[in-house]
Amino acid sequence: MAASPLPPPDPRFVLRGTQSAVHALHFFGGAQGQGHPLLLSGSLSGLVHIWSLQTRRPVAILDGHQGQCVTWLQTLPQGHQLLSQGRDLKLCLWDLAEGRNAVVDSMHLESMGFCRSSVLTRGQGKWMLAMPGSGSDEVQILEMPSKTSVCTLKPEADAKPGMPMCLELWQAESSPRPLLLAGYEDGSVALWDVSERKVCSRVACHTEPVMGFGFDSQKARGVSGSAEKALAVWSLDEQQALQVCKTHELTNPGIADVKIRPDRKILATAGWDHRVRVFHWRTMKPLAVLSFHSATVHCVAFATDGLLAAGSGDQRISIWSLYPISSDSSTSSLGHVEHREVGAHALA
Amino acid sequence: MDPAVSAVRVAVREAVHTLSSCEDGDRVLSTLGSLKRYLSGAESPAPPGEQEEFARVHFAAVLRCLAGRLSPGWLELGADDGLEELCASFFLEGPADQAFLVLMESIEGAAGPSFRLMKTAQLLARFLGAGRMAAVMEGQCRRLGEPASPLLQETLLTKVVGLPDRLANRLQRENLDAFLPQNYFPLLAEEMVRVLQAVVDSLRGAVTLCPSLLVPPNLEFMLFSLHPSPPTVPHRPEVLSRLLGNLVIKNKKAQFVMTRKLLFLQYHHSVRARTPMLQSLLGYLAADSQRRPLLVQALKGLLETWGSASAIRHAPLEQQRYLSKAVLICLARLGEAELRDSRDELLASLMAGVKSRLDSSLPVVRRLGMIVAETASARLHPEGPPLRFQYEEDELSREMLALAAPPPADDSPVEARPDVPLPCRLGPVAETKTKRSIGWGDDELVPYDMSGDQELKRSKAPTYVRDCLEALTSCEDWGRWEAALRALEGLVIRNPAAAREVSVELAKVLLHLEEKTCVEGFEGLRQRALVAVVVTDPAPVAEYLTTQFYALNFSLRQRMDILDVLTLAAQELSRPGRLPKAPQCGPPGPAPPPGSTVAPAWRTVVEERIRSKTRRFSKGSARRGRDAGPNQFNVVAGYFFFPLLRHFDRPLVTFDLLGDDQLVLGRLAHTLGALMCLAVNTAVAVPMGKALLEFVWTLRFHGDAYVRRGLLSAVSSVLLSVPGEQLLADLPDELLEARSWLADVAERDSDEDCRTLAIQALLLLEKLRDRLLALAAP
Repeated sequence: MAASPLPPPDPRFVLRGTQSAVHALHFFGGAQGQGHPLLLSGSLSGLVHIWSLQTRRPVAILDGHQGQCVTWLQTLPQGHQLLSQGRDLKLCLWDLAEGRNAVVDSMHLESMGFCRSSVLTRGQGKWMLAMPGSGSDEVQILEMPSKTSVCTLKPEADAKPGMPMCLELWQAESSPRPLLLAGYEDGSVALWDVSERKVCSRVACHTEPVMGFGFDSQKARGVSGSAEKALAVWSLDEQQALQVCKTHELTNPGIADVKIRPDRKILATAGWDHRVRVFHWRTMKPLAVLSFHSATVHCVAFATDGLLAAGSGDQRISIWSLYPISSDSSTSSLGHVEHREVGAHALA
Repeated sequence: MDPAVSAVRVAVREAVHTLSSCEDGDRVLSTLGSLKRYLSGAESPAPPGEQEEFARVHFAAVLRCLAGRLSPGWLELGADDGLEELCASFFLEGPADQAFLVLMESIEGAAGPSFRLMKTAQLLARFLGAGRMAAVMEGQCRRLGEPASPLLQETLLTKVVGLPDRLANRLQRENLDAFLPQNYFPLLAEEMVRVLQAVVDSLRGAVTLCPSLLVPPNLEFMLFSLHPSPPTVPHRPEVLSRLLGNLVIKNKKAQFVMTRKLLFLQYHHSVRARTPMLQSLLGYLAADSQRRPLLVQALKGLLETWGSASAIRHAPLEQQRYLSKAVLICLARLGEAELRDSRDELLASLMAGVKSRLDSSLPVVRRLGMIVAETASARLHPEGPPLRFQYEEDELSREMLALAAPPPADDSPVEARPDVPLPCRLGPVAETKTKRSIGWGDDELVPYDMSGDQELKRSKAPTYVRDCLEALTSCEDWGRWEAALRALEGLVIRNPAAAREVSVELAKVLLHLEEKTCVEGFEGLRQRALVAVVVTDPAPVAEYLTTQFYALNFSLRQRMDILDVLTLAAQELSRPGRLPKAPQCGPPGPAPPPGSTVAPAWRTVVEERIRSKTRRFSKGSARRGRDAGPNQFNVVAGYFFFPLLRHFDRPLVTFDLLGDDQLVLGRLAHTLGALMCLAVNTAVAVPMGKALLEFVWTLRFHGDAYVRRGLLSAVSSVLLSVPGEQLLADLPDELLEARSWLADVAERDSDEDCRTLAIQALLLLEKLRDRLLALAAP
């Protein structure tokens, strides 16, 4: 063991120029044609910046949310399409192919909440979208791109979990049935079977609203952060029952976002205490506390090559490179990621 | 009468006469040639009896005569025939002790720098270079049958030992390298070794010798000769033991030199050499059971001096440091039992010393007291609870504490040590290698340093000065209290009008503020806030603070805070360009004629055109000098200054400036000096200077060095701040008195800083006088 720990790391570089707080980040892995990875950031002022990680400058700025905060960004595997969710209650679909940047489609959201949507690729240009529904505690599932509402997931009358706060659609390896994980306002995480429209299992992880979670579908294990002072790690057993494995105490309360790196080695949390925390995913051992920002960190994102981005209320995006992904392990896991995860990390 | 004796006498008398009066080169040469016959080893030597008689009686006279004649003119007489060389040969080849004495005598007798002095000095340097010192010593050892008179031997010794000092005195800046102690003493040591070798050789040959010269008083220079060789440090006590044996016990003088002179006074050597010398000296005393009582005795003496209040006051800091080191080394070398026997006595002087040292206003003195007290009490009272002072570790304390560690039990060879860590170092390296080869396991993620992960303090800072005031006085929410303290300075600066409404109240609260929770940088925050308050509303707040300075219920800390705050505020007020430039509000003159509004336009156009057509290689500084503005301190200097002088001689129950609280007095003197200095160019400077000189005058013989330093710097600031003409017109007597006092301090004060400050003040006085004279002359 080294006698003295490594000094706290510094960011690889910092992206400035959004001119307002950064609320959403998403790595656009660089499609087959163009090698350079891009980073998308959504800001409080309603703009989406597309950053080149090579020149570290924005290559394009998308304005489609009428000056309202952009809360969620997600690219689709087919044809360079981007989904952006804004506080103007609109979900926009952008076409980014060949330098275009135009809204090709948009959808009206019913919910005034902060819940971010989620997508699940179904193949042949089809995908499924989960977004907060019209009722305050509902989640709406749509079949895309036809925008057909498949179902509305409404908790039982006596459950009262409050608003959904974060969503993740996924599919187990063994069955084609889509599943939805949702974190709720009362601090519980619920697993929905979408086709059956019922809650498989629900577990109370926090006493405060769940602000974000990361889920590792291969290990059937997830970690969630909330407004309280602890992270909760929970898992899914064969009977699809959720149970809390352990909690991890933090120094300061408030986690805005949790992401697990595609190679499932480490995870990062965005803290209200201006810091990004990095943990070892298997053991939950704390690895680093990245203190660079001077305001709340709203979002974190991992690229397939291991880069970590954090966006903060201080209008800066910091890019970090920690614990490089070793080539052998990343290729082995990448295959799964492509299938299981929503296609966020590896674009075909 | 022996015919040989009379023959020699006649010849020598004739020769000396010729030498001292004759101006004919050939005759001088031939006379010297004839005298040379009497020296051993000459070409056609005189009979041994005559040689001996010459060496015993006449040689010194001849040398003196020669030394007296060394002048350019005389040496010219036989320049071609090597007259100078011939003369030198007398000094270098004749009996060495006499030659040495004559050389020293003529050097010391010289009236001032002269050709003769330089020639003699060069001759002496040649004498040293030719290894004649060995001959001097050998000569003393070999004096068979007829022992040299003790008086002569004594003289010789004194001159040998004191040669560097004597020559340095005489030659001043012209001194030659060979006479510098660092060159001379090693040379001497070498020569001594040679002589000792010769003595040993001849002892083997069973010749009787008296090596008395070599033993006792040479000790001092032997020590000097030994210390410039660092590699031998650990062995030096042993070397000393071998050289000196138990001489200290037998010989009173040696004992004095070893246990008093060297221990107490030889602190002025180079810093590097000082500690090794102490180590070797005390190590020598500790090395033998017979000498150990002397070590205890030395420790008693050292502690007594170390603890005496007058020594603390009057001894230079260097000496105090040296003494403290000696005490620590003694303690480290003495055993439990020895210390226990004289524990009471030692403790008594230690406690007295600690008390007077902690009272001192010089930080170094206090620090020395703390370090020695900690170590000594741990050694003297090992069973009691350990004494701990709060002091920051620095180079001095580390060095001192290292000395306090007991010396290694035996001199294990130093070379072996570097080998020891090697096996240990190999271990981990091998381990990591094996781990690497297995591969990048899951647990290989090495955490970064996370010590910076502290709790985030979030407490809303007040946004109004009044809110701050309220938070500071009546708040139970410590987060808010701290936020208020942190915000206060900025608020006061941003809202001067609001701050002025509550300025005195704010000052009162801040002055009485206690650090109720641990706040990082509390002192600085409080001080900066207070300074901001004073700067915002100088007159009433300064008035309040200065009256509080002499009020009853304050701690010394608070009083010193008041002084610091006043100084800092005065500095801020007198800083030029402090205020943002006042906006230009309309031309003061008559309104320009209506047509002239066009003029600036064409002017700028022309200027622009000129600029575009002109190539400049370098641009001079474009900015103008600082905008002149009134010194804001001018108006309020009096509020800061005079109340502080009001009551210093009236002791209170809690506050006695002229008694125990000399630290505050020193600070007061420094503050007054600083205020005086900042009041330069103000109208009030003259009365201030006058009052300050009076203050200085009453305290000028204060016993505390820190106070004296303050007074001296105050004098300097008076000289700097008050215009020269005014000084001379209004305060001529005070200046004269100050001058003689300064001259006295510059020469005699025990504190080095005091001397330097006095010299600076004297220089200022000189400059002032020169300037006034220059003004008066035309």
